[in-house]
Amino acid sequence: MEAPIRAREALGFILFSLLFSICRSSSLNHLLISNAERRIDLSSHIVKVFLTLKVENAGSTPTSEVLLSFPPTQADHLATVEALVTKGKRKKTTLVRLDVKPTELPDAPNDAKYFTIYLANPLKSGESTTIEVLYLLTHSQEPFPAEIAQSESQLVYYRDSALILSPYHIKQQATFIKTPSTKVESFTRVEPSNRAGTEIKYGPYEDHPPYSFSPILIHFENNSPFAVVEELVREVEISHWGNLQVTEQYTLVHAGARHKGVFSRVDYQSRPTLNGASSLRYLLARLPPRVHSVYYRDEIGNISSSHLRTDSRKSELEIEPRYPLFGGWKATFVIGYGLPLQDFLFETSDDRRYLNFTFGCPLLETVVDKLTVKVVLPEGSKDPSAVVPFPVEQHLETKYSYLDVVGRTVVVMEKKNLVPAHNSHFQVYYTFKPIFMLAEPLMLASAFFLFFVACVAYLHIDLSIRK
Amino acid sequence: MSNSYTSDILKPFKLKTKQQELLIRVSILCLVYILAFITRLFSVLRYESMIHEFDPYFNYRTTLYLTQHGFYDFWNWFDYESWYPLGRIVGGTLYPGLMVTAALIYRLLHFLRFAVHIREVCVLTAPFFASNTTLVAYFFGKEIWDSGAGLVAAILIAVCPGYISRSVAGSYDNEGVAIFALLFTFYLFVKAVNTGSLAWGLASAFGYFYMVSAWGGYVFIINLIPLYVLVLLITGRYSMRLYVAYNCLYILGMLLAMQIRFVGFQHVQSGEHMAAMGVFFLMQVFYFLDWVKHMLSDTKLFQEFLRITVTCAVAVGGIALGVGMASGYISPWTGRFYSLLDPTYAKDHIPIIASVSEHQPTAWSSFMFDFHILLFLFPAGLYFCFKRLSDATIFIVMYGLTSMYFAGVMVRLILVATPAVCLISAIAVSATVKNLTVLLRSKTKVAQIGSTKGTSSAKASSKASLDQSQPFQKNGAMALLFGAFYLLSRYATHCTWVTSEAYSSPSIVLAARGAHGNRVIFDDYREAYFWLRQNTPLDAKVMSWWDYGYQITAMGNRTVIVDNNTWNNTHIATVGRAMSSYEDEAYEIIRSLDVDYVLVVFGGVTGYSSDDINKFLWMVRIGGGVFPVIKEPDYLVNGEYRVDKGAAPKMLNCLMYKLSYYRFGEMMTEYGKPPGYDRARGVEIGNKDIKLEHLEEAFTTSNWIVRIYKVKPPNNRW
Repeated sequence: MEAPIRAREALGFILFSLLFSICRSSSLNHLLISNAERRIDLSSHIVKVFLTLKVENAGSTPTSEVLLSFPPTQADHLATVEALVTKGKRKKTTLVRLDVKPTELPDAPNDAKYFTIYLANPLKSGESTTIEVLYLLTHSQEPFPAEIAQSESQLVYYRDSALILSPYHIKQQATFIKTPSTKVESFTRVEPSNRAGTEIKYGPYEDHPPYSFSPILIHFENNSPFAVVEELVREVEISHWGNLQVTEQYTLVHAGARHKGVFSRVDYQSRPTLNGASSLRYLLARLPPRVHSVYYRDEIGNISSSHLRTDSRKSELEIEPRYPLFGGWKATFVIGYGLPLQDFLFETSDDRRYLNFTFGCPLLETVVDKLTVKVVLPEGSKDPSAVVPFPVEQHLETKYSYLDVVGRTVVVMEKKNLVPAHNSHFQVYYTFKPIFMLAEPLMLASAFFLFFVACVAYLHIDLSIRK
Repeated sequence: MSNSYTSDILKPFKLKTKQQELLIRVSILCLVYILAFITRLFSVLRYESMIHEFDPYFNYRTTLYLTQHGFYDFWNWFDYESWYPLGRIVGGTLYPGLMVTAALIYRLLHFLRFAVHIREVCVLTAPFFASNTTLVAYFFGKEIWDSGAGLVAAILIAVCPGYISRSVAGSYDNEGVAIFALLFTFYLFVKAVNTGSLAWGLASAFGYFYMVSAWGGYVFIINLIPLYVLVLLITGRYSMRLYVAYNCLYILGMLLAMQIRFVGFQHVQSGEHMAAMGVFFLMQVFYFLDWVKHMLSDTKLFQEFLRITVTCAVAVGGIALGVGMASGYISPWTGRFYSLLDPTYAKDHIPIIASVSEHQPTAWSSFMFDFHILLFLFPAGLYFCFKRLSDATIFIVMYGLTSMYFAGVMVRLILVATPAVCLISAIAVSATVKNLTVLLRSKTKVAQIGSTKGTSSAKASSKASLDQSQPFQKNGAMALLFGAFYLLSRYATHCTWVTSEAYSSPSIVLAARGAHGNRVIFDDYREAYFWLRQNTPLDAKVMSWWDYGYQITAMGNRTVIVDNNTWNNTHIATVGRAMSSYEDEAYEIIRSLDVDYVLVVFGGVTGYSSDDINKFLWMVRIGGGVFPVIKEPDYLVNGEYRVDKGAAPKMLNCLMYKLSYYRFGEMMTEYGKPPGYDRARGVEIGNKDIKLEHLEEAFTTSNWIVRIYKVKPPNNRW
């Protein structure tokens, strides 16, 4: 019953957007997309969309900018957009990453948001190229029903459009949606569409004008735990004595359907697959190799359920929260570890030092709503500057740690809405004179020296009034 | 040749005998200081740096508050998270000494730029003060006997299990600093009595103030010292030194103690403090008489005057006391004080005191466990003390005897007796060893030199002359010396063993041995408390038995109905009544207390025996003490407490039974046993089909040790 209504809505939207596209099409350099294929992976709670666009320049002037557009609801949840282009012929193909930047267009229909892909070589008139676009969406699966009991499985809604939203005319397009299991309650039909196994296919659709939109709603089972870190503070402290200390404070929440009613341990222990299928039992953190002194604790002490596996290339820390996390349950904890400094700290040719470290959260399959990375530079370092591959908010702080007199400079970087794809390296450059390393030992030595001198003086001076 | 050359070089560095002795003494003290600290770190190494047991969690929470909000907020803190809906005036109902001490250490460390967490400071406060206690023991021993006895006392007290039991790392309780304060006050007082110096008297008053601020056990000081003074007066050892020391301590100490809000005017109003006041006035009478005696030359007249004055003084004192008591100005002795004088009192009148295991009378085995050889050395030390009676030895003898009596009354008071036992034993060890070595050395000296100087020569020559008649004396002394060292080494091993096995478990984290000898950790308490902290509404009220109150507020950060500060017996009895009623009756009580969650501790799966079912009879007794509806015999079958099929019907259907065993009947706990086999009590439970009407299971920890139930809202009427 629902589908016809939706289809009507969709029709309305198409007409609406058509009007807009007519007004705008002149300004868009007459690009058109001859073939588009979209694959949406819904198997975890992070939605991965692979978009293959074959772009053709039908205009007369060469252009190097290709626009991507997103409806505002998706744009809010967009974590990352990447564009790649294949280079070379046949066997020697290499993927080249292209610059992607958010763009504001003055007359965007329905508040659509844009990203511009900058091609390496301008696309000449009549030429065509294939661009691979990957973008990730977070918080895009809405649990429905919003509250489930322990024995129920988690069902979610996913909303999108059957047609790719684009400012260009699309000649031919198809969309493939992969669901985590074969259990799909319902999905909006936009003919031709069909479902086989875990895949729903929309299309092929021919010749759709710019800004075509056709809302679809898929209701399916997704029992993967929705691990969301609401806030993560990573503190990286550099000690020039050879250690890099990392402390990560997590506020973890299960963002899936809220747990309601009873939690029964009997059921949970005896039939774990049926009861609490969507609960979050453990997390895997991928840490750098040669990690040492790892700890995992919270405000009230050590959490004894964790395992560390190390080999020469990586370290894996498997952590279990104190209790299984059901929908809406929270857990806060701290992970800390030490790393050998020589793996991460380097010197530039002009005598500056720089730290090269990963930015994002080491937990796999986890969304981070707000990440703060603090790099604590050793006392006495100057001129800090950070190089991060994506835009972040930055400022400086001062921290006092053991035996600090003037305090340590802290470079603070903040970013919202992160996915594991953000685990790329960033650099913090600073200057540091090695003599400062000796300040603290010298301070301690002189303090002890003064103490002994005071003792000697006390033993040799007669303070009594009487003679 | 080269040998003499090096000795020439080293000559300016060569120490005199006195310097050597000092060096050895200081290094022994340093080592003892370190030993006392590190022997208390077993729990940190085995588990982690964490707060132990129950009360320390409250202390930790208040210290945290103190460091975060400052002293004045702490002093005026009204805690609405406990004793809901009554709340608790924290600033006025605690001894702030411990928290202030820890906060000061924390501030100092931060001032010196040591960025430690307040938890580490709290965990290590007790070992740090234990180390300081060894120093005080050394000086005390030196004061009452000699520096040898002081050193032995320092060593003995550093490892004595009776003291370690309350001062391991993480045992962040009042006693941790209070034993230090107690011994320090005593030391300063004895020093003041020995010297008659106002400075030492002043210092002892401040020591007393610190003790009052730290622990309720200060009542022991304020009664022991007057008793001691009285004994000195009776034995005719009254002196000006005593007068100065006692008056200084009493007046200043009393005024200072009044600054602690929890103590307030008790020094002049409570029956427990009247002895000190009485002795104070007696002292003035004595002084006055002394003066009159000095003025009057006629002894007969003085005798007459003495009689009149003493009669008058006693009469006035008696009348004042009587009027004070009758008008209610002077409060009578509290139940806790009575239970100290009469061990059976608590059992009959105050079940809440009797229900605590550490308030039970002490068994012989625990004396042996906590004192080991000190138990035999103690009488020997008393003998030496009596042999060389002085003001100081009288004090230590009195301290030893009274505290030994109290240690017999209550297990936890072994702690108070420990310093005295260590000091007196140290006198025994030191005196014995000294005598034996003098015997051994004197003979060789006699053989080599023939004569030595000083007092020892007289002794030595007398011993030497004795040797003629006792040819085996040297060998005997040697054997005895070895025996003494053997005993002392046994003591050291025993202490280490006891510390590591018995006193270093945090009791929050339970450890057991698995089937393959591996260590299994049951971290259920923290699992449950952390669940409460994260997944319940901020204003949720949790009802549990009072034992877990402090832990729930400190770790779970939620409001509790009752906690370990058992100030309101009725409130606790209400909870006891709810736990021992049928579910629907209990629901009424729970609703009236506005409870959201009920927490029970259950050991049936793991075999953890100190759970709520085993404590249940105390809940019945305490509940029944206030609400006669609850009768203990209803829960017993022929005077026997059971949970299996033969249990009393009321037992099988009361709330505590239902909450503990809810859905336990489906659970296989042990191979070869029927489902619902309770491993803590070794029986199959009697009621396997438990239905809950007004409560629902909200959370059960992985080993079932803590079970939390949510109270359902009342049903709609239609």
